[in-house]
Amino acid sequence: MIESMIQFILAGLTSGAIYALVGLGFSIIYNASHVINFAQGEFIVIGGMSTVALMAAGVPLPLAIVLATLVTMLVGMALAKFAIQPAKDADVVALIIITIGASIFLRGVVQLVFGKDIHSLPAFSGETPLNLMGATLMPQSLWVMGISSALIVVIAWFFNATLAGKAMLATAYNALAARLMGVDTKWVLLSAFALSALLGAVGGIVVTPITFVSYESGIMLGLKGFSAAVLGGLGNGVGAVAGGLILGIVEALSAGYLSSAYKDAIAFIIILVVLVFRPNGLFGKKGIDRV
Amino acid sequence: MTSMLPPALQRHRGLIVLAAVIAVLPLALRNDYHYDVVINAGLNAIVVVGLNLLIGYAGQISLGHAAFFGLGAYASAILTTTYGWPALGAMAAGIAVVGILAYVIARPILRLKGHYLAMATLGIGVIISIVLNTEAQVTGGPDGMSAAPFTVLGYTFASEQSWYWLVGGALLLTVWLSTNLIDSPIGRALRALHGAEIGARVVGIDTTRYKVLIFVISAMFASFAGSLFAHHTPTVTPSILGFIKSVEFVVMAVFGGMASVMGSVVGAVIMTLLPNALAAFEDFEPIILGGIMMGTMIFMPKGLVPTIAKLLRRKETP
Repeated sequence: MIESMIQFILAGLTSGAIYALVGLGFSIIYNASHVINFAQGEFIVIGGMSTVALMAAGVPLPLAIVLATLVTMLVGMALAKFAIQPAKDADVVALIIITIGASIFLRGVVQLVFGKDIHSLPAFSGETPLNLMGATLMPQSLWVMGISSALIVVIAWFFNATLAGKAMLATAYNALAARLMGVDTKWVLLSAFALSALLGAVGGIVVTPITFVSYESGIMLGLKGFSAAVLGGLGNGVGAVAGGLILGIVEALSAGYLSSAYKDAIAFIIILVVLVFRPNGLFGKKGIDRV
Repeated sequence: MTSMLPPALQRHRGLIVLAAVIAVLPLALRNDYHYDVVINAGLNAIVVVGLNLLIGYAGQISLGHAAFFGLGAYASAILTTTYGWPALGAMAAGIAVVGILAYVIARPILRLKGHYLAMATLGIGVIISIVLNTEAQVTGGPDGMSAAPFTVLGYTFASEQSWYWLVGGALLLTVWLSTNLIDSPIGRALRALHGAEIGARVVGIDTTRYKVLIFVISAMFASFAGSLFAHHTPTVTPSILGFIKSVEFVVMAVFGGMASVMGSVVGAVIMTLLPNALAAFEDFEPIILGGIMMGTMIFMPKGLVPTIAKLLRRKETP
């Protein structure tokens, strides 16, 4: 009884860690530009797919991971440069459509370059399951949780302790004031996209041995990450991470105890209930309109 | 020149042009495949005209409108085949259920703004699509199900030609209703709401009520088109109400022109014909679709029809 509960929670933490990374990516871009990047899920796919392709070309795994992450970051920066910056003053609806367009575009490119097949990667350190209080845990899940936690700590340090990170935060609070203080806000936009591409790519790579990757797998992951970010309150990094973990665990528990067919619906039911009662997310502040 | 027309005619200028196009178009249609494409374009146009009332006039986005289209389609399919209802009765029941559902969900979610509203409508769409996919004993699951033939007063619409006139008439009706709605006090309230919601509230417009009303109306248009679609297509499958389909409807509205009834029709027609025209480059289809979405928003954010209309006006008065 308790074993199966632990089993579900472990599964939830594994997928929750990925939702947290994607959700954090949404929040970073939202802070820098007030854009919701619907192409976030595509970063996951590009990261995973490029690693698969590089390994097939004979590149060893660690180097393939680094190269694939760099490729994804370049894609992220190109997206900021060629699709977001030219439409700087567009309204919310227009920006939503641009990033959805970008996600369809990138999905098309991935499908053209890598094909429509489902791919996997070998687990980083073997397939022998570990025993944890009667529940089994695949070593790859530890990789997912470990690397995600490390990344989140590094991101937190970046925003709180480095000049570049503080410049990005300052832009999020007040872009005009930041510009007057000498912050290059164009650079901030590019870095935000590069950072969240990095988060998506690394998340996509570590999770590929468990969930596999195909040109379509970014859609659901992207939407779940968006749910995580909204659950925590848009633009709230800590909230996005908490939102991702909550989502992952509730999803795994309801798949285990209620119905696995409705597993994918759970995230959206939670998000609707939360939005009805707290329109700015669980940890979001109440917004005030300036007339 | 146009200003010399009586006001009633001027308001319905678009409608008259559309009726004329629908009347002569069959001269250019050579086979059933052509008819099939045009019929689907017309059905999409009905959804998009309704959706554009919400996006273009009320300034609220919905990323879940395919769910209402799909619910209408499934209502018609299930009621006519499983329960033997007459086609029009099933269609009316579908529209009523979708209207009530839209009303119930609209009040809480339309308080949300921008991205939160996008998330909520998207979530509702995904949930409805998962339910219809999973409850296979009622809906046929991923294999889908088909509706009985569309029979009204003993006449069965069977040939593609008869469907063409049916859908053409339905589209004209939708456009006529929408044009009247936009020119009514409701339409003016909506435009005020889009321009400055707080300003509208200050002058005494109950903004939530109008947003809910327009959400319900646009959902009912989608359900109406969905019912017709169910009778015309061989099988109704859950793919017609997924997230991607919702996005396609939004793209049609935005590409054709926000806050433009004719733009909605043009957008729906072009975006329906495009994949067929590009059939030879099937692998490039998502790249082209995504490129159009980004390019339209960056280079002509008002959409195709309003941009061209503006260019024409500028030429007339130098």
